[in-house]
Amino acid sequence: MIKTTAKLNYTVDGERLNLSLSGEIDHHSALSLREEADALIYRLRPKIVAIELSSIEFMDSSGIGFIMGRFSLAKKLGGELVMVDPSPRVSKILSLAGMERIIKTERKKK
Amino acid sequence: MRNVFTDEKIKNKMKLCLPSFSANEGMARAAVAAFCSQLDPDAVDIADIKCAVSEAVTNCIVHAYRETSGLIYITVTLYRDDTVKIEIRDRGCGIPDVKAAREPLFTTDAAGERSGMGFTVMESFTDGVRVRSKTGVGTTVTLIKKLGRKE
Repeated sequence: MIKTTAKLNYTVDGERLNLSLSGEIDHHSALSLREEADALIYRLRPKIVAIELSSIEFMDSSGIGFIMGRFSLAKKLGGELVMVDPSPRVSKILSLAGMERIIKTERKKK
Repeated sequence: MRNVFTDEKIKNKMKLCLPSFSANEGMARAAVAAFCSQLDPDAVDIADIKCAVSEAVTNCIVHAYRETSGLIYITVTLYRDDTVKIEIRDRGCGIPDVKAAREPLFTTDAAGERSGMGFTVMESFTDGVRVRSKTGVGTTVTLIKKLGRKE
């Protein structure tokens, strides 16, 4: 197994699962992120899945696929998904697919 | 490659060949970005180039060499007028309908969570995308990026 360049950390806050992505999100790294995220979502069944995006160093369209996939899973299990703090760079990619129109985006107050 | 010595418009050139391992997606974009840094691009241009290259190389791995493996050939040409040309070539299955493949959200791999946004990202982050493809022979994607042009 070649080392993956992305990391997923999580915290649980009541019925909210915070998933924090960091590093480089591409097709290679998205595969293991997807497995880790889905295992947590199935186990914890959160009402809200929050994907924290501010620590991402690189993301291509694989990130869109990753977020849409978790969005569908959260909905299927009766929860919802929000995106938190996308950087301008990440926003630029998300906006190409109109993601911020479909999925609620939270911005933390600085 | 030798035209780098005879063509005065060309500043430098690089050829790179990588096997279609997904771990090489990161390698390919990092190598291309490092080579382009000779033209002193700003951070946005570099991020655009990395993203566009990542999409093209991922297409080679996910689509061109879907059930097989093969080599990905990348040629980067730096021009004196601060234009970068990046060619990404494979000898994979080819694209039967290039026009359809370039449509936003078009994907043949929904199960793999491919968003269908690869060509849209390439088009949005560069100044020109050319696709030449022949079924059973392979595909060449050419990306043109003019550095220092704020959108």
